Parts: sequence; C-alpha cells; structure tokens
Amino acid sequence: MTAPNGTRHGGAPSRGAAGGGAAGGGAGIPEVPRPRKGPARPAAQQAARPRKGSGDSGRPRGGSPWTPWLYLLPALVVLGGLLIYPIYQLGLISFLEYTQAQVSGGEPTTFQGFGNYTALFSDPQFWQVLLATVLFAAACVVTTLAVGCALAVLLSRVRALPRLALMLAALGAWATPAVTGSTVWVFLFDPDHGPVNRLLGLGDFSWTYGRYSAFALVLFEVVWCSFPFVMVTVYAGIKAIPGEVLEAAALDGASQWRIWRSVTAPMLRPILVVVTIQSIIWDFKVFTQIYVMTGGGGIAGQNLVLNVYAYQKAFASSQYSLGSAIGVVMLLILLAVTLVYLRLLRRQGEEL
Amino acid sequence: MKLSARIAAPVTVLALAGLTATACAPQTSDGKAATDEKSGTLRVWLFQEVNNAPKKQVVDAAVTDFEQRNKGAEVEVEYIPVDTRAQRVKAAFNDPKSAPDLIEYGNTDTAGYVKDGGLADITAEFGAWADAGDTDPTAKSSVTVDGRIYGAPLFVGVRALYYRTDVFRELGLSAPKSQDELISTAKKIRKARPELYGIAVGGAYTYGAMPFIWANGGELATEEGASYKAAVNSEAARKGIASYTSLFGDDNCPAAKCAQMGGNATVTAFASGKAAMAIGGDFSHAAVEAGTVKGKYAVVPLPGVTPGSIAPAFAGGNNLGVLKSSSHHTLAVDLMKSLAGKKTQGELFDAMGFLPTYTDVRAQAARKEPFVKPFIDSLDAGAEFVPTSPGWGQIDASLVLPTMFQEVVSGRKDVKTASDDAAKKMDAAFAAASR
Repeated sequence: MTAPNGTRHGGAPSRGAAGGGAAGGGAGIPEVPRPRKGPARPAAQQAARPRKGSGDSGRPRGGSPWTPWLYLLPALVVLGGLLIYPIYQLGLISFLEYTQAQVSGGEPTTFQGFGNYTALFSDPQFWQVLLATVLFAAACVVTTLAVGCALAVLLSRVRALPRLALMLAALGAWATPAVTGSTVWVFLFDPDHGPVNRLLGLGDFSWTYGRYSAFALVLFEVVWCSFPFVMVTVYAGIKAIPGEVLEAAALDGASQWRIWRSVTAPMLRPILVVVTIQSIIWDFKVFTQIYVMTGGGGIAGQNLVLNVYAYQKAFASSQYSLGSAIGVVMLLILLAVTLVYLRLLRRQGEEL
Repeated sequence: MKLSARIAAPVTVLALAGLTATACAPQTSDGKAATDEKSGTLRVWLFQEVNNAPKKQVVDAAVTDFEQRNKGAEVEVEYIPVDTRAQRVKAAFNDPKSAPDLIEYGNTDTAGYVKDGGLADITAEFGAWADAGDTDPTAKSSVTVDGRIYGAPLFVGVRALYYRTDVFRELGLSAPKSQDELISTAKKIRKARPELYGIAVGGAYTYGAMPFIWANGGELATEEGASYKAAVNSEAARKGIASYTSLFGDDNCPAAKCAQMGGNATVTAFASGKAAMAIGGDFSHAAVEAGTVKGKYAVVPLPGVTPGSIAPAFAGGNNLGVLKSSSHHTLAVDLMKSLAGKKTQGELFDAMGFLPTYTDVRAQAARKEPFVKPFIDSLDAGAEFVPTSPGWGQIDASLVLPTMFQEVVSGRKDVKTASDDAAKKMDAAFAAASR
C-alpha cells in the first residue's frame, strides 16, 4: 500500500522508517509523503517526535537513526556479555602463558603469540584426536538423523496409542540426564552383570576394551539421547505438510521411499537444516558420554575426543591457555562446517 | 551523513565493547598477605573422610587446646569433600579473600601448589620445631621443594599385599617371598580357581605398579640440576614394567577387564571375593573389612626381587600447609604444629588408623595395633616418592603412566616403545614446569 515510498528507499518498511528519519535530520524533505498519508510512516514519525523533543534538547529529530539500536540494545548487551566477551577472553587467553601459577599469582602472565597453537599443532595426539572426533561426530550425526527421521515418519503413520507410547519412550530418553544415561548404558553392557551380553550370548566380552567397540557403545548412547529432538522436530514438520501433496504423490504411484525423497524431504528442508546443524554442533562437542562411559578417554586414551582432550589439558592439568587454544580451534572448525553447509544448501536451493 | 550515522552506531558499540573488554585482562591474584595479625579467626580446610566423626573429635580437642593457648584467636574448621578438593584449592589460591589460612592436601600436590604460589615457605619454623626431628625422611621429602619446606606431614599412606588365607591354605600355598614367586603364585591360583583373579591388578593403578619399577632398581625420574629427567625407559624400569604387565592376561587378570581398573577397583575386587590377592593400602583396611572376605585375609609387605626383600612402597599421605595469603601467618603455623604434632597424630591413629609420620609414634602404633605392622615394615624398608616437580601434577593429570601400562597391556605397543613415549611426555612436562 505504501509501495511508492517503500520501493524508492529500496528496503523493508522498518529500514524505510530509519532512512526517512535520518534524511529528516537534514531539514525539509520532499520524499516524505505529506499529502498522502501512508499508515506506517507517519505513525513512526509521530512516535519519534515527541520522545526526541523531550529527551534530546538540542537537535530536533537527529536522534531517530538510533531508535533501532535503542530497541536492540538490551539484546546486544546480553549477547555481548554472554557471548562476545567470553569468546574474546578465550581468544586472549589462548595467546598467553596462563596456567594455575599465573591465575593465583605465583608467576607473571606472559604473552606467547602463537606459542600455544604451535605446541598444539605439533602434538601428534591432537591430530589423532581431531580425526577421531570428526569421524565419530559424523557417524553420530548420520545415525541420529537416520533414526530420528525414520521414527518421525513411523510416528506419522501409526495410530494414537502406539504413537503415544513411542513419544513417551523418546521423551524419557530425552529427559534423562547425560550422566545417568551413560552410567545406565555402561551397566547394560557390563561384561560381568550386563543384561545385553547375556541376551546376545557374548559371555564376558568387554565393550570398553576395544577402540571401535567402545566408540560404538558411546555412539549408541549418543544416538539414544539425541534422536528424540530430531524425531519430534521432523514429526512437527511432517504434520505441517498439506495432506493433498502426499495424496497426490501416492496417486501418481510413488513408493514410500520416493515420497520421502521427492516430496517430504524437500519440503522439510529448512527443518532438516536446523536439526543437522544442531546435531553437528552437539556431536562434535560430546563430552559427558565419553568421559563417563570410557573412564575419561578409554584405555591409553584410545577414545579421546576433542572436548575431553581439552578438559584434560585445560582443567585437569591447569594449562588454561592450551585449553583455550583447543577451544578456539573447535570454534573455528564448527563455524566453518556450519557456513560451508549453509552455503551448499543455498546453492542447491537456487538450482532447484 | 545518512551513511555515517548508520555506520557510527555499530562502530561505537563495537568500540565500547572493545574498551570494556580490554579493561579486563584475565584475572591474576597477587596472593600475598601484607599483615600478620595475632588475633581473629583462623580458617582451616581438612578433608572429609568417609567416616568423619572420629577425625572431627581429635581435631576439636587439638583446636580447643590451641584456642586456650592463644587468647583472642578463634578457629573455624571446614571439612571439604575429597572429590572436589582440586577445584576448591585452586579457587582458594585465586581469591585470597575467601581462602583459608591452613589446608590439608595430598602430598603429591606439594610441588604444584608451591609453583602456583599458594603455599608459604615455613623452613625456619619447621627447623625450630622440636617434634620435627623425628619426622621420617620420606615424609619430610614430601613437603620439601628445592630444599625449602612448605608444610608438615600429617599422615602417611602405604600399600602392601593383601591375600586370602583360606584360598592359600586350600591350595597349599604360602605368602610369596619374591616378585617371581608372587607372579607364579597368582597364576597357580588362577589355574586352580578360574573364577578368581590370582592378583587383582589395574592398568590405571599407578601406585600399585610403581613398586615393581622400584624393586627392579628403576626410577620414575632422576633429579638433574634444578629439574628432572624421565627414567621410566631405563633398562631397570623396563624390567619392572614388564613384570607388572605380565600379570595381565587370561592366566591371571584378563586384560579386557583389568586394563581399565584403578586402585579402588582392584581393592573392591579383593573385598568382594573376586581376587586371591591385591595391592591395597592401610587406608583400604575398612573397605576390606566391610567386604565378604572379612576374617579370611592377611597382609604382608609386597615382596621385592630377591627372596625375602621388600619392594619399595609409594609413600602417599597428606600434609598440612599454611597459605601464603594468610593474614595470620604466625598463628596458622602454630595451629599447624598442634594439628600435625606428635600428640594429635597419635590420637588420629587411634581414631582413624592414619599412620603417623614420626618414627617413634609409629613404632608405638605398631605395638598397639598389629594389623599395621606389615605397612610399617614396608615404610621402614625404604619407601619412595614421586618426583617433587610441579611437572608431576601435569604428568599425573594427563595420565602418562596409566597410558603407558595400558598400551603394553592391550598389546598396542611393546615395553620399549611405550616407555620411550612416556619418557618423552614426562620430559616435556618437566621442561615446561622448570621454565
């Protein structure tokens, strides 16, 4: 309706308001539609004028470009305090020699440049742990998504009672604290008393002894406690797909798999993007399960992942600066993975 | 103007954020007290034991004595959980205002705490203290860093060999006299009674494994000038590692289960009747008594290499130390002498079974309670201690030795490679600590 102004300023109504206000500071403006009263603009001006008049004595309307910032301020303060400042500290500490001795004042804090990073990158164990983390996280993400999506589809197909049962079971898994869940799983797979080995007839096979079986055991637990999020979110997405679309596909003779691949999945794309990125971030940062189930990194550190490794360095041995360097590396990796993933998706979206 | 206004806002916000941020470099406390007050409240942190009441009784009596001697001084004792002590003590070093004046700490932490700048140097006071003359040398070395003294030993903890008398009698065996005999006895038992571990050993049980290294003449590290050099890859140490790791296998303690066990797990296995022998401490007595093997076990010193000898045990235990940040230094040292003095240590032994650090008080204890005799014999035969380098804390925390044993036990590396790798990591930690 207020199209002429909106388009001339080339932006959304809110931007137009801010721009108009700024121009207004330069005195009498032809652009402002005096004769034709658009509903949005004058309202904004009326709101802005008396406030500025009372608060800012000097310039009549010069303060209005600050209005959006004023509204954003609370959020920015919270973000700055809770996100940017800690990241800044993390980055700063990673360039210092900062161990317990420095914290408690036994020795002066010194600047190390990239010393911590050099130490980290020249440690062969770091590269092993990084590789293990990437592979393990990838396996967890793929399995969680597969299980979550499959159960979401199942959930949308079954009757109310089994659906309720499945929902309750999933929510139970979701609500279980990670430490409790891990402890229970370790017990279930215990070589001496665990019911799983008895059921499978594995005797006293120790799951945490071998590297791969230990990772597999942790993977089961991670999938178990993170699939409900995927399932519930994807189920909500499926429910939002109009029934006619699926019906039309079925009438065209598409198989279940084909419907998922060509209809449901593309329509769920935004949701799948969110759950995938969430899963990548969660599974890359997995700590509790590894720490509890493999006793802090497994036999001879065979099951270390980056987060547990950082914990060992930063807290157990009080090398806070080296731990911070690991934290920064993890942050950059996760940012890169997320950005690349988003980019790939957008490119695909344009082609479609 | 329009443009500049738009840019100005975020720039200002960023600049502000930058200013506030640069104003706060990471926190560092100076941690040194300026005053030495002669009255007021002294705060003490002691470890909370599983059964703490008897300990509290002894401490309360000592504290009452102290308060009567020092009018105007008041003592506030807090018992802190052992599990979270590391965080508590670090926090105390970081924030002197809320820190106690006197703390109990594990003796392997001494060098680290000194480097952190947390403990006060009390060399002069310790030297002038009458009781200190009878402190046994190993206990004294656990409070000494670079020739200076940073606390008073409170008690020592030492490990010896627990064995099942009923199983040994049934199989016609006697307590092993040498390391070889220990290993062959363990395997004999496993063969005759496959449901038992001959001797319960753990890949992560460093303090149980160390005596094997020491008994073969090896060392964890040797002192070189101001620093240490790892020696776990020496010929003698390797022999010890090989003989300890030879106990992992289906003929004694299957690697798949035992590689992950730590000290507590091996004692639990023994107490619950799953093992015929275990290396346990004097402090494990209560746990074993509470198990199914009560009345069916005995203790002898862990045998050394030559028949009849005793393997050097690890001299664990706790110390008391005055914090550098204490504003009541003189009073705190006085209180430390009361709590770690001969009288209190004797009472602590009666109440809790903590082995005294004074040779004469310990001898009395052995006469009173025959159970502790094998432990005292182990100590008297010459106990060993971990390197008193701040690097040790890091070696301990990054699990260098458990990793080495587990690598050998699981067949991933041979003794030579594993010990060379461990030595490399230890040297790096020592070097970093002495920088």
